Amino acid sequence: MSKNPDTQLAPLQVRNLSQLGKGESAIVIGLAETVDAEQGAIRARLLELGFAPGERLRVVATSFPGGDPMAVRIGNTMFALRRREAEMIHVML
Amino acid sequence: MSCCDPVASPVAAFSAAGRVVTLALVGNPNCGKTALFNRLTGARQKVANYAGVTVERKEGLFHSAGGRDFKVIDLPGAYSLNPLTPDEAITRDVLMGEREDEAAPDIVVLVVDATNLRRNLRIVLEVARLKRPAVLALNMMDVAARRGLQIDIKRLEQEIGMPVVETVAIRARGSDALVERLEAMANSVEASEYNGSGTDDCAVTQEEIVRILGAVVIQDARENTFGDRLDRIVLHPVLGYIVLAAILFTIFQAVFSWSKLPTDVLKDGVTAFGALTGAWLPEGVLRSLIVDGIIAGVGSVVVFLPQILILFFFILVLEESGYLPRAAFMLDRMMGSVGLSGRAFIPLLSSFACAVPGIMATRTIQNPRDRLATIMIAPLMTCSARLPVYALVIGAFIPETDVGIFNLQGLVLFALYLAGIFSAMSVAWVIKRVHGKSRYLPLMLELPDYHWPNVYSLALGLWERARIFLTRVGTIILSLMIVMWFLSTFPGAPEGATEPAIMYSFAGRLGQMLQAVVEPVGFNWQIAIALVPGLAAREVAVGALGTVYALSATGDDVSVALTPMIAETWSLATAFSLLAWYVFAPQCISTLAMVRRETNSWKPAITMAAYMFALAYAASFVTYRVALMLGGGA
Repeated sequence: MSKNPDTQLAPLQVRNLSQLGKGESAIVIGLAETVDAEQGAIRARLLELGFAPGERLRVVATSFPGGDPMAVRIGNTMFALRRREAEMIHVML
Repeated sequence: MSCCDPVASPVAAFSAAGRVVTLALVGNPNCGKTALFNRLTGARQKVANYAGVTVERKEGLFHSAGGRDFKVIDLPGAYSLNPLTPDEAITRDVLMGEREDEAAPDIVVLVVDATNLRRNLRIVLEVARLKRPAVLALNMMDVAARRGLQIDIKRLEQEIGMPVVETVAIRARGSDALVERLEAMANSVEASEYNGSGTDDCAVTQEEIVRILGAVVIQDARENTFGDRLDRIVLHPVLGYIVLAAILFTIFQAVFSWSKLPTDVLKDGVTAFGALTGAWLPEGVLRSLIVDGIIAGVGSVVVFLPQILILFFFILVLEESGYLPRAAFMLDRMMGSVGLSGRAFIPLLSSFACAVPGIMATRTIQNPRDRLATIMIAPLMTCSARLPVYALVIGAFIPETDVGIFNLQGLVLFALYLAGIFSAMSVAWVIKRVHGKSRYLPLMLELPDYHWPNVYSLALGLWERARIFLTRVGTIILSLMIVMWFLSTFPGAPEGATEPAIMYSFAGRLGQMLQAVVEPVGFNWQIAIALVPGLAAREVAVGALGTVYALSATGDDVSVALTPMIAETWSLATAFSLLAWYVFAPQCISTLAMVRRETNSWKPAITMAAYMFALAYAASFVTYRVALMLGGGA
């Protein structure tokens, strides 16, 4: 996990969650690594909520304007995420 | 310590004698823990604190059919044992037996939302590692089965190493199987040292979850498409706001239009009761105490019970339906722009009931500074204790006419609530400005599936609210009314006095002293007196006005009806000024005490009192002067 996933996969397919539009679906490939303690806690919590590699998610709603926050369904649960949280989640279409 | 030696192990000895077995309910937020708690303990549940202060934990007792006594602790919802917020830390500490005031539970009841096994399994695995006696309650099995979920229960028991029982907490007898299992377990619970570890590697647990799910889920649940279709409207960037506004409008309309009949009945009842008691009691001090002090004072507060229950009916329905987090979603941008954490929404919403539990609920906010900002604005949310004051003044001064499809009284009430919210946002913005630094504030809020509100829990919730209100009326308000009556009656008027006797009493003199201070904002001395006991509880101001006006009444014309009295004696400008004052209403001792307790410092409490007092005075001053200019002086 030390390598940036962007370098391992075709760059066109890899996005972070905040770049997805309403109704789009994708698979989680990983969470951004961080050294910041506060960000690290958020990263751990995202993982605990189920944003783990291999999981499929779908953007149910985006707020106006700019899609912040967004409602994301993962498994059988929906979560509201602010942009910065969504940016931490790398996905593959 | 050997667990087999009965002398060395008093707990085990008690166990044989059928001691009370402690259960802790643990699980994710929104998994039905509290419903299960209510199902298990029924009407025997004990509300730990007044005004629903149960953020920390709720506990209750029940006696099983098999003759055992259980104590149930409902812990705050947690996604994992790695605590991110202060309330999750409580759950962890209780489970690990690290809290001084709470022994570790004998049996952990893991409550799991069957439709959400994937997310719920994490805390199950973490608790399993603690190696404590535990049982898994697979809750909401009815919903899961309807969506086609099939689970290999035997296999799940093997995988996690604890018994698994299906429950439907919202249904009568839905917890019977769980209780039977708990009885069996209680007989074998012994005091022993548990040497499990609470450490957890996130990624490893995730792999474990995926493996277990693969093994136990025979048929996965279909997605809840109804909810998603509804969310297309409710979370829509334009339609969503229309839905939100429509819901709020309906609530404030209903507070007045639905309550009309029961409120009138109560008012007439209080008046008749006062007249009857007055006629029956001999003229003198006792009659004055009972009629002017207690019936006029307490009665003028009691009549607001229907309106408070209507407000809570809507709050409870919205809470249960799953709409509230969606409202938080819609309003998140606004909250973020004034520097509030997305998590601030729920504590602020609780503050509409009372700022005290609202301030406690700020424990779900991880960052201390965000938490403080939320605490500082929580009392600006219009709490239910302000409702009697608003309803009294609106009822006396705002005609019952309709504006389009809306009732004018409801519109004014709505405007007052909005004024509170707007002030809160402005203060939050100022706090953000003072602190200067713009930081990242997380949201990560679950938007649960929609649920039809359950009639049983709705009734229980309303009953609890009515009880809290009536308890307040019977204790704090009643005693303050007696003190108030005493201060307004003694010393009596001297010989040959021309003014009403109350003018010569302690309270009358105090009111006249305060009049100089409150005159610029249009208050008379009666209002000035009423604001003082309002420090203890805001709605006491209404009761105090009731007592003061009953005592100011001259001759035998003892009236306990407050509304016509103030409609006659106050100008419209004064009425509006009082409403503006109560948007801020700096006087609430319990809130300030709670701020002191939660922040461990007097500074925020004093700052809060000062800024709210300044805002109240300024708002009333401006309102009064503007109203006078517009001709509201009569």
